[in-house]
Amino acid sequence: MIVIINGEPRDTIANNLAGLVMELKIEGAFALALNENFVPKSQYANTTIQENDRIEIVAPMQGG
Amino acid sequence: MNNNQAWLLADKEINSRLLIGSALYPSPDIMRQAIQSSGSQVVTVSIRRQNPGDQSGQAFWHLIQSLGCHILPNTAGCRNAKEAITTAQMAREIFGTNWIKLEVIGDDYTLQPDPFDLVKAAQALIEEGFEVFPYASDDLVLCQKLVDVGCRIVMPWASPIGSGKGIMNPYNMELIRQRLPSTTLIVDAGIGKPSHAAQALEMGFDGVLLNSAVALADDPVKMAQAFKHAMNAGRCGYEAGVMPQREFASASTPTLGTPFWHQD
Repeated sequence: MIVIINGEPRDTIANNLAGLVMELKIEGAFALALNENFVPKSQYANTTIQENDRIEIVAPMQGG
Repeated sequence: MNNNQAWLLADKEINSRLLIGSALYPSPDIMRQAIQSSGSQVVTVSIRRQNPGDQSGQAFWHLIQSLGCHILPNTAGCRNAKEAITTAQMAREIFGTNWIKLEVIGDDYTLQPDPFDLVKAAQALIEEGFEVFPYASDDLVLCQKLVDVGCRIVMPWASPIGSGKGIMNPYNMELIRQRLPSTTLIVDAGIGKPSHAAQALEMGFDGVLLNSAVALADDPVKMAQAFKHAMNAGRCGYEAGVMPQREFASASTPTLGTPFWHQD
């Protein structure tokens, strides 16, 4: 199914956030929001994803 | 004498009154040197989209961690309370701190905060256990409303972010300091040169947060040292008590025994 990751459509076979993170090989310091709502890491395995869900994956960057 | 006496910032004992940003430096190594030269113990950071395979954020984060500073994540780029709250929640998980520099931008040209969504987001985040450092304009009522919803720290701007214009409205800033005597007040944004920072501390502000003034200097490491000295000068001046201004001249050299003195 197609989900929108950081604004870009992407095909995935994962059915929850834990599977998606593994599929994308996201590592290190990161956090995630599903349809504009923050999802803590402890909830990834329990959070199912659906067609056209919008997922933001963020990491540290410089800031003022 | 210097101002390196510890003070409390959100219950943390801090020696420096300078909070410094991590953006816009010519290189990561110059950033590291500049932050160390500034003596600052609080560094602001941000978050951005991470695409699969991009590890640049991780390298930056490891460098920041090696500095041993307190981390103050921001919500830069957020345009409403909902975005700012979600960004703060993500930042808390990434950086492992409940500190958040809350930015909710209301105008793209001036990067002036949206006062309504700022207060709304501050209230929601405080209820979730965040220590909110709100980036505000120099409006007394906005600053007061932020205190009313539970902010222990308020950060009015000197002038628009990155403008380097210094304190645009000293009257407003003095008023905010006088009317919020027990709030930790940090001047955030618009500082361009060391004398601006000294001025803020002379007024009694507890600290200064800046980024561009150091990062965009010809020599960021040297400018960081200059700000360190300016912070000391300003704080010492405040603690020493500035003399009252007078409308007319008053000779400083005693007139008694002046040569050639005569009475007309």
